[in-house]
Amino acid sequence: MSHAIQDRPVQTAVRHDPLRHARLPRWSPLAIAAGSIAAGVGLGLAAGWHSRIQWGLLAALFFVLGTYAVTAKVEGSRQAKDRVATSLVWVCFILAVIPLLSLAWVTISKGLETLDPYFLSHSMNGVLDAEVGGGIYHALLGTIEQVLLATLIAAPIGLLTAVYLVEYGRGKLAQAVTFFVDVMTGVPSIVAGLFILATWNLMLGFGPSGFAGAMALAILMMPVVVRSTEEMLKLVPNELREASLALGVPKWRTILKVVLPTAIGGITTGVMLAVARITGETAPVLLLVFGTKLINENPFEGAQASLPLYVYEQYAVGTDAAISRAWAAALVLIAFVMILNLVARGIARWKAPKTGR
Amino acid sequence: MVTTTTSPPPKGPDTEARRSKSTARPGDKIFLGLSRGSGITLLVIMAAIAIFLTYRAALAISKDEANFLTTSEWNPAGNPPVFGIAVLAFGTIVSSVIAMIIAVPVAIGIALFISHYAPRKLAAPLAYVVDLLAAVPSIIYGLWGAIFLVPYLDGLNKWLDEYMGWTYIFDKASDGLARNLFTVGILLAIMILPIITNVTREVFLQVPKMHEEAALALGATRWEVIRMSVLPFGRSGIISASMLGLGRALGETMAVAVVLSPSFVISGHLLDPGGGTFAQNIASKFNEANEFGRDALIASGLVLFAITLLVNGAARWIIARRKEYSGAAA
Repeated sequence: MSHAIQDRPVQTAVRHDPLRHARLPRWSPLAIAAGSIAAGVGLGLAAGWHSRIQWGLLAALFFVLGTYAVTAKVEGSRQAKDRVATSLVWVCFILAVIPLLSLAWVTISKGLETLDPYFLSHSMNGVLDAEVGGGIYHALLGTIEQVLLATLIAAPIGLLTAVYLVEYGRGKLAQAVTFFVDVMTGVPSIVAGLFILATWNLMLGFGPSGFAGAMALAILMMPVVVRSTEEMLKLVPNELREASLALGVPKWRTILKVVLPTAIGGITTGVMLAVARITGETAPVLLLVFGTKLINENPFEGAQASLPLYVYEQYAVGTDAAISRAWAAALVLIAFVMILNLVARGIARWKAPKTGR
Repeated sequence: MVTTTTSPPPKGPDTEARRSKSTARPGDKIFLGLSRGSGITLLVIMAAIAIFLTYRAALAISKDEANFLTTSEWNPAGNPPVFGIAVLAFGTIVSSVIAMIIAVPVAIGIALFISHYAPRKLAAPLAYVVDLLAAVPSIIYGLWGAIFLVPYLDGLNKWLDEYMGWTYIFDKASDGLARNLFTVGILLAIMILPIITNVTREVFLQVPKMHEEAALALGATRWEVIRMSVLPFGRSGIISASMLGLGRALGETMAVAVVLSPSFVISGHLLDPGGGTFAQNIASKFNEANEFGRDALIASGLVLFAITLLVNGAARWIIARRKEYSGAAA
């Protein structure tokens, strides 16, 4: 095997077969990788760097340079650029995976230290900041109520808007709605919160409540529901609509009984993904729901707690006990959101064949 | 059958009347009304956001004793009230620009990895993982950033200060933890990676196979195929994806509020703790603000709203234009 490197001269290869470039043997990337890791670790040890990541960076740098040099020598500069591009793309990917893994690992390992049934079933009533104990029952309750209310407001409006855009929408109004749905997707969550604050709280004079937060969350949720439902309705084959209309079924019944049931899997997925998105929103809740240590079952009156807000509050308190509570709550929140995501995608996959053919 | 009917065959005006009757079924009318009403509701909400924010902001700005745009101080409770958005605008733009510089190339790399480099079987799960990254709530990024990333970046900050300090921006003038705009920029970059990656990847997958095969047939390497056919085709997609990411970064609240240690100073030293962003300032100052202070915060929120509206509108406009273009080509 190793003779490929030894009699490297390009001329020999060209002489044997003029249509073929000299190629590096298949194991060469591995060899270069091993060499550069060894060099990175060696230099890191020699220079006394503590950070393993610095060793890794150095090794990656050696790898890219080494690949370029060796390939340029044997295969030519075009191939060398190609190989460097490949390794850069890999580096990009690994760069993205590192923070994800780190975030997942830190949240799970720190969250599990505090998470237990007691934590899930008790509120923070009477628990001092520095004291161990307390829980997130009140926050879980608040989040679920707020998200349910927001869904009750946003899902029908979003669904009907999507129906309008796909089934009826022609002309200026539909264009305007399409454009503003897109723009609405980009409204920062804090701005939605400020809007409800300006109207509901400052002008109409209501105090903080779960419902106020739910309205802001609904504003954030609507465009997401519209977008996903629209995509799903567009997938429903036109033949189904035409067959139904040809049987004399009114258009509204066609939509309710034929179009929507056909797309229901995708629509459910879209709504659940939207719910997952607003569950983690903290900013509007901070402005409108305010947070409390007590259990408040009524979302229409008085400050409520909320899971993401709880994480923020406990972090702001800053004592060791509070920080570990924050991690545990963060774990519950992330698990909640991820389960919603997985179930939503599961439904999409399970229901998918129906819309297919 | 026709002969058995006693009524005469319908004539022109009669059929006209019958058809209008049949389309005007009450169910249809109600349903159309409902769905059109929902569409209009969305427009009304957007308009209401603009109108009411402007109204409350006008209340605050009219009492502001200083120039709202150029003042770098935030004291609406003072006598006279003085507040301005200079620091916030600076911090928002700087942190977003840092995020873009880091995130855009990496996101393009990941998108290329998923669309052109990863083994076929891995591509779908990888795209799924990127989606999951997008679903992580921002407060959790904030918590992770403050407790895990900040101490880690302390080392990087010292290194940058030591070897890159001559560039001025990396000169760390004051001590303190890495709760600065640079760290915020890195965290924002991680947060906007998924959205940029997703949009870019979709555009890359739409590149006509013919273009790529033509390049391959001419003997191009994989990188040359990407440079000559994939990137030019996807350029407008990359731009609009980046702008969507920028919109996200500009409006990010909680992660910044948790990580940054804010101060009302404009400093070009990115590694010094301090500065602030629109959204972070609203979240941090809200609890201690009286009603007038809240109006002042709403005024700063209006500026943020306008900026994100512009950025997102531009992104959507680029996407729409490209759609027309590729539709005409197909």
